[in-house]
Amino acid sequence: MIFALKGKSLFNSLIDRIQHVGAATIHSFQRLGHASVFLLEVIASCTSLLTRPLLLVKQLHSVGVQTLIIIVVAGLFVGMVMALQSYYALIDFGAEDSVGVMVALSLMRELGPVITALLFAGRAGSALTAEIGLMKATEQLSGMEMMAVNPMQRIVAPRFLAGVISMPLLATIFSAVGIIGAYLVAVELLGLDSGAFWSQPQNKVDLYLDLYNGIIKSLVFGIVATWIAVFEGYDCIPTSEGLGQATTRTVVHSSLAILFLDFVLTALMFTK
Amino acid sequence: MSDILVKIRDLHFSRGNRKIFDGLSMDIPRQGITAIMGPSGTGKTTLLKLIGGQLTPDQGSIEVDGLNVHQLSTGKLFDLRQRMGMLFQSGALLTDLSVFENVAYPLREHTKLSEAMIRYMVLLKLNAVGLRGAAEMMPSELSGGMSRRVALARAIALDPMMIMYDEPFTGQDPISMGVLVSLISELNNALNICSIVVSHDVPDTLSISDTVHFISAGKVVESGSPETLRNSQSEWTHQFIHGDADGPVPFHFPADPIKDDLYR
Amino acid sequence: MTSRKIEILVGLFVAAAMAAFFMLAMNVSNMSSYNGGEKYELTARFDNIGGLKVRSPVAAGGVRIGRVTDIQYNSDTYEAIVSIAIDEQYNKFPIDTAASILTSGLLGEQFIGFEPGAEEEFLKQGDVIDLTQSALVLEQIIGQFLYSKADEE
Repeated sequence: MIFALKGKSLFNSLIDRIQHVGAATIHSFQRLGHASVFLLEVIASCTSLLTRPLLLVKQLHSVGVQTLIIIVVAGLFVGMVMALQSYYALIDFGAEDSVGVMVALSLMRELGPVITALLFAGRAGSALTAEIGLMKATEQLSGMEMMAVNPMQRIVAPRFLAGVISMPLLATIFSAVGIIGAYLVAVELLGLDSGAFWSQPQNKVDLYLDLYNGIIKSLVFGIVATWIAVFEGYDCIPTSEGLGQATTRTVVHSSLAILFLDFVLTALMFTK
Repeated sequence: MSDILVKIRDLHFSRGNRKIFDGLSMDIPRQGITAIMGPSGTGKTTLLKLIGGQLTPDQGSIEVDGLNVHQLSTGKLFDLRQRMGMLFQSGALLTDLSVFENVAYPLREHTKLSEAMIRYMVLLKLNAVGLRGAAEMMPSELSGGMSRRVALARAIALDPMMIMYDEPFTGQDPISMGVLVSLISELNNALNICSIVVSHDVPDTLSISDTVHFISAGKVVESGSPETLRNSQSEWTHQFIHGDADGPVPFHFPADPIKDDLYR
Repeated sequence: MTSRKIEILVGLFVAAAMAAFFMLAMNVSNMSSYNGGEKYELTARFDNIGGLKVRSPVAAGGVRIGRVTDIQYNSDTYEAIVSIAIDEQYNKFPIDTAASILTSGLLGEQFIGFEPGAEEEFLKQGDVIDLTQSALVLEQIIGQFLYSKADEE
């Protein structure tokens, strides 16, 4: 009798588990659907910014300019570290003159777009989610709707567009600052020839293949990271707990999405 | 023009599995203060959102000024909303704008008035709620009562035909409560509009309203003037007005008999 | 913060990004080689191109004068057809110029080296270079060396 009962409960709990998995799957697809509809709405709402460019400028400031410091500092140090590491790796082969090209290629193809996007998700993305979520929790979004103002146009669209515009700008600055950092270490500190540092990249780095593709990458990251951030904020449960979870989700989901998309884009762009 | 501004017929609405309105019907006159009262969780705020078109009912209709709210196009709905004011429980001020800019917001969005004209109107509205002196403050510097008064100034900025108050009295100290009570009644008299007050604060709400609807379990339980309701024979109304712990609204949340629960 | 200040900061931000872009384009990438503008195309046939790739440099006397634009294989003649774009300013290569596939350093990348001939006539758009030398394939050289050693003994 007892065995039978135990067997049954084991079976039941297994079924329960399976049900949980199923429910979670259905739920995430539902959210993806919501998020896609939301993205279309946001893009449609962006046209309203043509008549109110000031809203966009304001968001470019809080999304782009305020993220700039962390991007510059991170870029400088990443470039410096890369210069050191590649110097010690390359000197064994007598190829230390290639430090410049190695740093430039890694930064422009991968590290610039990816690290910028990850930092962006942590700094600007989470702030966007928190801001929009708090506006929802304090009924500001509802209040706007009741004032016959569409919060999609006034709140979400300018933030989304500002994120999409800022990301490639930030990534470009990151790469440039990183190369300057590498120059400081390689030429000023380790005493490499500055001519070799600059001339090798000029031969090996391609304007279209490397620089433009890097910028396209960061544009895609900008769309995805900002989309996730504004959606999580707009869709959050308007309590302090829900808001905290939404902010966490923004950082986690956008980081994973960025890394996954980086793989996909790299495979599309750099394989022949 | 009929005397009825808001006409609610056979309203059904549910959230998930929970039924909130189950065939609610109500008429709200074009002038005077109408109070909608009921225990917490009966969906009073939901009703205001339904009237404002932010939520869509499962069944039934809501007409405001002869327009069926839920069959309007988005543009028409927004036009209608410009003629509705709503005061949210928290005030819902835009936190990144000053008090002045908050009140000016609907004017800037919906009119093409000159800056001087906007300033003139904003200061008048702020004066009406007694906060002209706070024009340059930020919402974070205001007390709860002041926030609601600023929100009220913003709600009347476009001279609406109706104002909906969502729990205007909750969490207020006696003084700001008194201020809000007299403001609501004075504004209603001065502007000669329709005010809908959702509240569960019995004495203050009854003191200013012309008509009162009690709702419970998704239906209107009783309607009438404050006097008739005070003398109502209905046990439910009696319990609600006097705040008795037990009565038709039971003290216990529905549960199995305690014996079964304890000695399971 | 006043909107004027915000606008100035945003303006600086965009300007910084543009400066960064131009620094990457001019100083780091090969953009300077794109704006030579006029180029003329040549083709060369090789038995073996080794590690030559599209975009590999073409040099004469160690100076970069052009790029490989396309590599095809002709299965009738069993040859690799390499298309080359040479900057217009270097338009005085005699028609008996030789093209050979060289390696920069022992393990470096491969490039095409031009060795000018002595004819009066110059190469022009669409011409084919007849004198070519294929890439040295290290494995073959080592193999030949070992065979010749074995023969000696």
